[in-house]
Formats: sequence, structure tokens, C-alpha cells
Amino acid sequence: MIITVASGKGGTGKTTVAVNMALSLENVQLLDCDVEEPNSHILLQPEIHETKPVYTRVPVISEELCDYCGKCSAFCAYNALFVAQKTVVVFPELCHSCGGCALVCPKNAITEKDRQIGVIKKGEAKGVELVYGELDVGESMSVPLIRAVKNQMKKNKNVVIDAPPGTACSLVASVHKTDYCILVTEPTPFGLHDLKITVQVLKDLGVPMGVVINRAGLGDRKVYEYCEEENIPVLLEIPFSRKIAELYSRGVPFVAEMPEWKEKFLEVRDAIKR
Amino acid sequence: MMVKEITVLSGKGGTGKTSVTASLAVLTQRTVLTDCDVDAPDLHMLLKPEVLEKQEFKASRVAVMDKDKCVQCGKCEEHCRFGAIENLTIDPVLCEGCGVCVYVCPVAAIEMEKRVSGYAFISKTKYGPMSHALLNPGEENSGKLVSLVRENAKKVAEKENCELIINDGPPGIGCPVIASVSGVDLGLIVVEPTLSGIHDMERALGLLDHFKIPSLVCVNKYDLNEENTSRIVEFCGSNGVEVVGKIPFDQIVTESMVAGKPIVEYSPESRVSKAIAELWKQTLKRI
Repeated sequence: MIITVASGKGGTGKTTVAVNMALSLENVQLLDCDVEEPNSHILLQPEIHETKPVYTRVPVISEELCDYCGKCSAFCAYNALFVAQKTVVVFPELCHSCGGCALVCPKNAITEKDRQIGVIKKGEAKGVELVYGELDVGESMSVPLIRAVKNQMKKNKNVVIDAPPGTACSLVASVHKTDYCILVTEPTPFGLHDLKITVQVLKDLGVPMGVVINRAGLGDRKVYEYCEEENIPVLLEIPFSRKIAELYSRGVPFVAEMPEWKEKFLEVRDAIKR
Repeated sequence: MMVKEITVLSGKGGTGKTSVTASLAVLTQRTVLTDCDVDAPDLHMLLKPEVLEKQEFKASRVAVMDKDKCVQCGKCEEHCRFGAIENLTIDPVLCEGCGVCVYVCPVAAIEMEKRVSGYAFISKTKYGPMSHALLNPGEENSGKLVSLVRENAKKVAEKENCELIINDGPPGIGCPVIASVSGVDLGLIVVEPTLSGIHDMERALGLLDHFKIPSLVCVNKYDLNEENTSRIVEFCGSNGVEVVGKIPFDQIVTESMVAGKPIVEYSPESRVSKAIAELWKQTLKRI
């Protein structure tokens, strides 16, 4: 079973839920797809046994063969190539690696080379197998790195995916083709507003979902009313507690100090299975 | 007159970017506010903009197949690098709109269709003009929409004779964040005193440094873990970054959010409001 933990709004507690869930399950793999700001490893402190670079492919123009016809730049949907009178400029950070430019070039002047966008790290801690991506600072292409993290998925394991915040392509890349999505929200107007957008993404993708309300007791009741209207189950409430906030601030997953919560995460898993 | 531009960012989500930005809107005059978090925007819930102009944002394309024309040669599937074609069916979620399938199809069974990816808005609020947007759920191209929001803000700033643009940035350090900070005069990082917050702040500072943008840091909810707050101050000190403010934790911030008002307006005498006013005073000296 593949469970994604997502939220829309940042800082609602995705990583807290994903890590504590992973620590409560057996035979589990945690994939941290928040490649811009991965945090699961801070809570898990894994021993890293493998680091490997992730590349995308970008065009290389042979100045010898190129006759500056401009077909490549006309084709490129991402404005990653610019052809002037006697030169071709490639903007690798805009390239999506579709390979179209090489296909349309009548002179076969285009080949491709690897460009590193980040790394994948693999490790293990407390019985959890962790894989996470780390986007190079200054790099904009997070989706190929998210896909590379997801390619490490082991289907014979219970997989938990920690998704990035937001509701755009990075979320879609993380949650697409997973069995269930846990939406972590807080009972505030911002939490609710971003939750609604995320619910729309999941409906469009056809991924079943349930809500975990973090920092319950703060804010108002509108998130609860919304979930009832939309028939979205509230799987768990994590109360606003200075102790939990303080544990998080020190990088301690709260099930480690409050083991009674493991049972609650297992109940969530059982509710999802039903 | 040159318009100055500041982006509020954080790396980690939920550290208080929008609460701080909304308060700065109250504390400043002749300022254009923008919300550069185009896929999960929240600033409008505090500033309550009245929309004056709405623009369609069409940046992406998606491949559409005419199954009646398809001769099932499989070339599209073979050439698609995004795994978006399986069993001769296009998955619009995975399609990145490159057009390779259209090019390789021998019978012209595939076409690219433009899709509306979102909307940009120019609005007025009681705190000044606002430029914002809404990306359609699950869309790509958030970076391009952020660029449009900032272009609109610059136009409005010139027209309305404003001196400053304050951008509320998205979380992360990827595409939309890069679009939010490129070329600004200052990045103001809002960090929370957690290990994750510190880790993400370091990456956000790295990003600003990469683009040669001056940075300032303020610590939000600093008293939730004073040891980590000291670490932040130390880290910034040894990296030549100034910490311009420390905002205490107070549930009144959540109350003000529920009331739909910036905290400095909702409770001007609160400790939080005073801390924000002080941090803004310090920030202004450094622009």
C-alpha cells in the first residue's frame, strides 16, 4: 500500500505525520518527495549508505553541423533554445529534456548530455528505510528529482510518501498513482483554504483521501464542517500541545516519546485499508 | 524614482510569511503587495482585495489524441519521455506539453491544446494595491505565473507612484521561489526555531546568496525553543546575515487569522505586533 501525506499549506505537519506513521508501521519505506526542503531525515537521523546524483538530459549543439535553421528553437515549448545568426544558446535550466530538439534537427547537430539537478540519498533508521531527494540550491526543476525518488519505491513494502507543500506540479508528481492520500491540515482559515485546493487536485487525480487535523484546539471549527459537507473522513486529530511542538523543534518524532500514539497511527492505517 | 522590491520567504512552509507580510502591508504606505504563492495563496484572506482586473494565464499545452485517426503504430509512446502515453492513451497529468508526440505521429492523430493554467488579478485593498494570482489545481508553470504577478506589480507601482513592492513568497527553494526572488533588492527570511526550520533557512539563504540577493532573517515564535533561536542567531552571525527581529509565540496570531485581519491591526498593542513593527523599522534601515 502506498500512502502519500500532503497538505497544500506548508508547515501543517506533513513530515510529522509521515515520519510518525512510518515509525508505527512494519516493513516500511519512507520516500521524502519534498526535494526542495526535505526534513524527514532530520527527524529520523538515518545512517546514509548511498548517495547518488540525479541528472536530466540537455541538448548540446554541434557548431560544425548546425546551420542555424532555427527549427529546434521553434519546436521547443519551454524557450530553452535561442538561435541567432551564427550561434545557438541553450538555457539548460528551462529544458524539460523532452528530446524534441534533437528529433527535429535536420542536420543531426544535436546530442544530449547529463546535467545534475540534485542527489538521492538512501539510508535506514529505527527500522524505516528512507529515500530522499535533495535539489541543488539554485536549481528549479524539482519534478524529475521527485520522479527519481519515487523510482526507488519498493512495492513489497508499506510505502509512505512525504509530499512537498503547494498544489502544483510537484504535488501532482508526488501523489500520482498512489493508493491513498492523507491530507494534514490545521483548523485555521489558511489551513482550510489550501486544503480545499488540494482536495480538488486529488479529486481530479482520483486518489482517495482522508484528513488529519494537526494543532487541534487552535483556530475554529470550519475545517470540520467542510470535511463533513464533503464527506471526507477525519482520520486523526493531533492536539495543539507545547510538548509535541517542542519535541518537533528538537527533531524528535513524538511517537518515540509518547508510544501510545503508535496505536493511533495503526488505527489510521486500518481505517484507510477499509 | 526606483521602486524597491522585497520578498518574504522561508524555505520551510508555515513559518509565518503571510502573517508577517500582511502586517507589513498595514505598516507601510505607497506599497504594492503581491502574493507570489500562486498555488496556495493566503494573503488575500487577510488583505481582502477587491479585484479590479482579471487576466487569463495560458502557459501550458496538453496533447490530445483522436483515436479514430490513430493507426496504433506506437511511435508516440516510444518517444514520450514523461511516460505520459501508455497503451496509446495520453495521461494529461503526466504530459508536459512538449509536442514530441505530435511531431512523430505519422497520421496527425495528436494535437496540442492550450489550457488555461490560472488567473492573475490586480486589486485594491485598504492597505494599497495588490497583485496576485491563482494557479489552477495541479497545474505547471507556477514560476511563469509568479513572474506575471511581479510584472503586474511593477506596472501598478509606477502608475500609482509607489516606492516599494513587498512579495509574499512561496515555500521551498525551487521554480516559483526562484521566480519570486530573482532581481529583488532584499530577501527577508522568516524562520521558526526548529531543526527543520534551521535546515530550510540555510538552504533559502544559499539560494539568495546564489542569486547575489542581500538577505535578512527574522525568527518567528522564537520562544518556542530559545536554544534553537540562539543557534539561528549564531549561524547568521558567522555568515554575515543580520537577524532583524524576534517575534514571540502567541495564539493571538491564530485569532487574528480567524478574524481575517493582519495581527498589527487586530491587536496593535500585542507583543507580536510590537515585535513586527520593530523588525520592520530595522529592515527599512537596510533597504
